[in-house]
Amino acid sequence: MRLKHLLLLMSACLIGITFSCKPPSEKGKISTTDVASRVYVKPGEYDEFYAIISGGFSGQLSIYGLPSGRLLRVIPVFSQDPEKAYGYSEETKPMLNTSFGFIPWDDSHHPELSMTDGVPDGRWVFINGNNTPRIARIDLTTFETAEIIEIPNSGGNHSSPFITENSEYVVAGTRFSVPIPQKDIPINTYKENFKGALSFISIDPKDGEMDVAFQILMPGYDYDLAHAGKGKSRDWVFFTCYNSEQEHSLLEVNASQKDKDFIAAINWKKAEEYLKQGKFKTMPAEYLRNYHDDEKQMAFSERKSSVKVLIPSDCPDLVYYLPTPKSPHGVDVDPTGEYIVGNGKLSSDMSVHSFTKMMEAIKNKEFETTIDGIPVLKYDKILSGIVKQPGLGPLHTEFDGRGNAYTTFFISSEVVKWDVKTKEILDRQPCYYSVGHLMIPGGDSKKPWGKYLVAMNKITKDRYLPTGPELTQSAQLYDISGDKMELLLDFPTIGEPHYAQGIPANLIEPNSVKYYKLEDNHHPHVIRKENEARVERKGKEVHVYLGAIRSHFAPDNIEGIKVGDKVYFHVTNLEQDWDVPHGFSVMGARNSELLIMPGQTESLLWEPMRPGIFPFYCTDFCSALHQEMQGYIRVSPKNSKTKLKWSLD
Amino acid sequence: MRQYLLLMSLFAFLFMACGGKKEKNKTSPITRVAPKKIDPLKDKGVGPIKSLKLTAIDKKLAEKGKKEFEANCTACHKVDKNYIGPALKGVTERRNPVWIMNMILNPEVMVKKNQLAKELLVKFNGAPMANQNLTEEQARSILEYFRTLK
Repeated sequence: MRLKHLLLLMSACLIGITFSCKPPSEKGKISTTDVASRVYVKPGEYDEFYAIISGGFSGQLSIYGLPSGRLLRVIPVFSQDPEKAYGYSEETKPMLNTSFGFIPWDDSHHPELSMTDGVPDGRWVFINGNNTPRIARIDLTTFETAEIIEIPNSGGNHSSPFITENSEYVVAGTRFSVPIPQKDIPINTYKENFKGALSFISIDPKDGEMDVAFQILMPGYDYDLAHAGKGKSRDWVFFTCYNSEQEHSLLEVNASQKDKDFIAAINWKKAEEYLKQGKFKTMPAEYLRNYHDDEKQMAFSERKSSVKVLIPSDCPDLVYYLPTPKSPHGVDVDPTGEYIVGNGKLSSDMSVHSFTKMMEAIKNKEFETTIDGIPVLKYDKILSGIVKQPGLGPLHTEFDGRGNAYTTFFISSEVVKWDVKTKEILDRQPCYYSVGHLMIPGGDSKKPWGKYLVAMNKITKDRYLPTGPELTQSAQLYDISGDKMELLLDFPTIGEPHYAQGIPANLIEPNSVKYYKLEDNHHPHVIRKENEARVERKGKEVHVYLGAIRSHFAPDNIEGIKVGDKVYFHVTNLEQDWDVPHGFSVMGARNSELLIMPGQTESLLWEPMRPGIFPFYCTDFCSALHQEMQGYIRVSPKNSKTKLKWSLD
Repeated sequence: MRQYLLLMSLFAFLFMACGGKKEKNKTSPITRVAPKKIDPLKDKGVGPIKSLKLTAIDKKLAEKGKKEFEANCTACHKVDKNYIGPALKGVTERRNPVWIMNMILNPEVMVKKNQLAKELLVKFNGAPMANQNLTEEQARSILEYFRTLK
């Protein structure tokens, strides 16, 4: 009996040991078919692609690594960001100036990379502000907003900023038609008085400087999205429009009446000819251009007062309408420039136009009708083919460079892969949930890098741990290198992402700035050495020239500040090494902190409200003595005689 | 009983096989060796500079070095007194010139690998010597300036 018991015990032990003995790695072993290994980027290693994803109604732009889906940076563009002092520091406040004054927010939509010969070159990325029409240019050596230009005569800058093959122009089409010039009239005079402006913003190839080169005044429809042609169609830009019904109320029903709306094809080379011939009107228009001066390290605003306008009826061959069913949303041109995909969001089929056929129809004057001097080409003369019953609610299409197109379907919540030439459907994968935009690295260029597809979803519902009524926005990563798409990863995004761009890391990473050289810093309030630190009073204005280096401020004791003063702290980070930012914050400051990169100068306005001693400190952990990086300011009553002095001992 | 023994040995085998693996993962005990006596005038430190030939002081170079020193170093160093970092008067009498240049050009590695630099880091409360990304030329001119500080 005892032996039996012992044996039982022994075998129980054995079983226990054999199980516990199994090394843990075997249990969670990654097999070759496991998708985890395909998105896993080892600690310390880099991702293969940068993904530049719109921040939607956050107004910003976010940078992710692919395939890991790791968030690397949020670039403040149209909204204030107290973490980075964007829109709070004296240097960046001008960036958010508009003809309406300072605006702290916008709704940012479509990132678009600059291109050389139809391929993203990694110099700049552009993004549109939708609400108060603007376009921003972000410098991809610093990942900072370098310029923002306001778009006049626009009423909702949605069909932008799509770029031409060699970054000659980014376009900015208006979603809302408005009276041009603006005037106080009854809304129900829409049909007579409202126009849609399509703007072409030139890009200086040297420094990227933007200028509204010209606008085309189009019939008062809603211009929704755009894409430039490429290769054989490089001289053209295509804009979708809906509401060709020209309704101004209950668009949900009223703007969905007609079988077909249009894709407007604009020949921008022709526009340049007309401009040269002087066939434009100069219209008064008030708008601002804000730009970052790299030498002075601060932004400036410049006011503009007129714009050149082309009227299609005066400019034959400038614009053609391509009839497209039904309220087309995205318009996407394949890498060869031949196929123009109209994503008719209320249509059960998708129309694909042929550029070659379009040119023939123009030559043979195959016009259905003419609207305000714009010929409407015959639908069946320009059609390359129809993708039959691909899904419900097509919105956007990107390409993989292997002859395939990928279209998102919002209502049926899926991505559908189809053959651009044969229009045959090859694969479909569900999205969780309600996909809007999609991105393939280089997927709207002449040479897509393919490999991955990112779907940007409008609804996440049960995909993540809930966080109250407001849930995270989301992207999903698919592997598209094989015949079938494979879902690899969900990752959260910021704001509601509208479109994204993807580019191999090696086109951006080598140019990434590590720090600013002090000797090239020509900020009017820079100090280049600690012994230049000082405090100057000019009436009620006090300028504090502060130096910051691990781990002290110079000066760190300041006296003689009075209630009612406007104190400007100009903080220069005297470090000359990578990843040594210093922060600066002062008690009671009613704006934000400063976050100053090495070699940079930033300024914070502080208006002391009451007498006392007020501390300031470095907010960014900079060294083992970071907690010692602090100082005091003595504030005296308004009329006191406290002498201005400062020290560092 | 034979069965029992057999099972016992199997048990022991499994136990050992299992435990034996763990044994391998054990880290070897840290060996502590008393730091060697270092001659600060001979220690060259770690960095891009391996050797230097010094001749008579080049006044022009020292003047340039003074400017470089003021532009890049004075936020933490004074000539006559200890500040964030040590006073630099007489530094060339306390340290090998190669060590000085390596400390300027390669401070992150120096404070990790060089005993003298490590000791300085502790003495100055952990205030790191900032890498100001100077060129060898700039560092050389600063060294020349240091040679005049006696």
